[in-house]
Amino acid sequence: MIETAVAEPRVLELLTAQIRRDLTVAMRSPGEMVNPLVFYLIGVTLFQFGVGAGPERLAAIATGVLWVLALLATLLALDGLFRRDYDDGTLEQLALHADPLFVGVLAKIVAHWLVTGLPLAIFAPLGALMLHLDAAAVPTLVLTLLLGTPVLSVIGAVGAALTVGLRRGAVLLALIVLPLYVPVLILGAGAVTARLDGIDPTPQIVWLAALLAFSLTLAPFAAAQGLRVGLE
Amino acid sequence: MTISSTSILLRASALTCERDGRRLFENLDLTISAGDVVELRGPNGSGKTTLLRCLAGLTADYEGSVERRLPAAYCGHRGGLKGELTPLENLRWYGALEGRRADTRSLRDALDAMGLEGYAMTPCQQLSAGQQRRAALARLRLTRARLWLLDEPLTSLDEAGCTLVRELLDRHRCDGGGAICATHAPLEVAGTRMQMLGAAAA
Repeated sequence: MIETAVAEPRVLELLTAQIRRDLTVAMRSPGEMVNPLVFYLIGVTLFQFGVGAGPERLAAIATGVLWVLALLATLLALDGLFRRDYDDGTLEQLALHADPLFVGVLAKIVAHWLVTGLPLAIFAPLGALMLHLDAAAVPTLVLTLLLGTPVLSVIGAVGAALTVGLRRGAVLLALIVLPLYVPVLILGAGAVTARLDGIDPTPQIVWLAALLAFSLTLAPFAAAQGLRVGLE
Repeated sequence: MTISSTSILLRASALTCERDGRRLFENLDLTISAGDVVELRGPNGSGKTTLLRCLAGLTADYEGSVERRLPAAYCGHRGGLKGELTPLENLRWYGALEGRRADTRSLRDALDAMGLEGYAMTPCQQLSAGQQRRAALARLRLTRARLWLLDEPLTSLDEAGCTLVRELLDRHRCDGGGAICATHAPLEVAGTRMQMLGAAAA
């Protein structure tokens, strides 16, 4: 590469420009942005109806329900992460010009988390209230979601990248990604359950944080490579 | 791969590409030097887009070698515009991608020059197909890339739009750039070379 003088600030510029662009796009189509959140809250309501209003019974399953719904809501938004850019041709431009590509991918993941994962964590107390989760465990729930949902976005990005060129990729995406979500689910729900049982949830939380650091370091590279394959 | 010589922008040698069991082109040699505009012609399905994607480096599924001078600008048949964003925001994004800092004035000038005065702040999805094409091509006015790979740049453009593209290519050629355009309508740019694909090439 002769004329591309790569300087450090360029990477940062690429990162912020891509995040800003994705957030602007999300703001202009608010319907798609609130979809996962609405799904999350409707899911909680359905459990209320399905299980019955008995507070003890709801409280017993609240942790699992809130975490599984957060997981599925993330998955719901995941299919569009790269596909919309793929359809309008901006993804191939990103692949051609973003140097290095994983920075562009990382930016897309961050933007994705800001519009899906973060609202889920913010609205989790509402879901907890609806399912009669013990108030003492709510801070733990929010904390684990704050640590866990980025992992879901990061891992999901690898699956979304691999399936971007496939017409019915959404189902395959779920099959690829959901098994990989199991550790996050175990740790996240485990921490909340531990808190409810009066046990210190720190080990699970630390493990979740470690998982976040680990996936954030490696997955953007994998997703970038997946995109190159998906764009063929 | 990249090239060290200053005048050669792209060199493809012995390119062979097969898609779904059909051989699109075989042992294709192509060199684009500074000042070259290559018109890529051939019937539908003859592999024009595939060739451009090979040359751009978007696919590695071919035999032979491609060396190109970076950065190159590729305009695919998918416009490369975000429908929710305005032409101005799209151009700004391209600027950040290519690592050049452009002020709003120069972005607006580029859009005005493509006949999009007054549309800089309209989301691209509200523009007509021809206007979207103009907005997509506006980035060629800003890019530093000397090599342009254009996939049917004249599609959905009116007569005035086609003239703008021709002027753009002519200026680029005179500035020491090079381009290859897949097209069905004649480019009518001075010094254009023709590259045929498909049955006509045999």
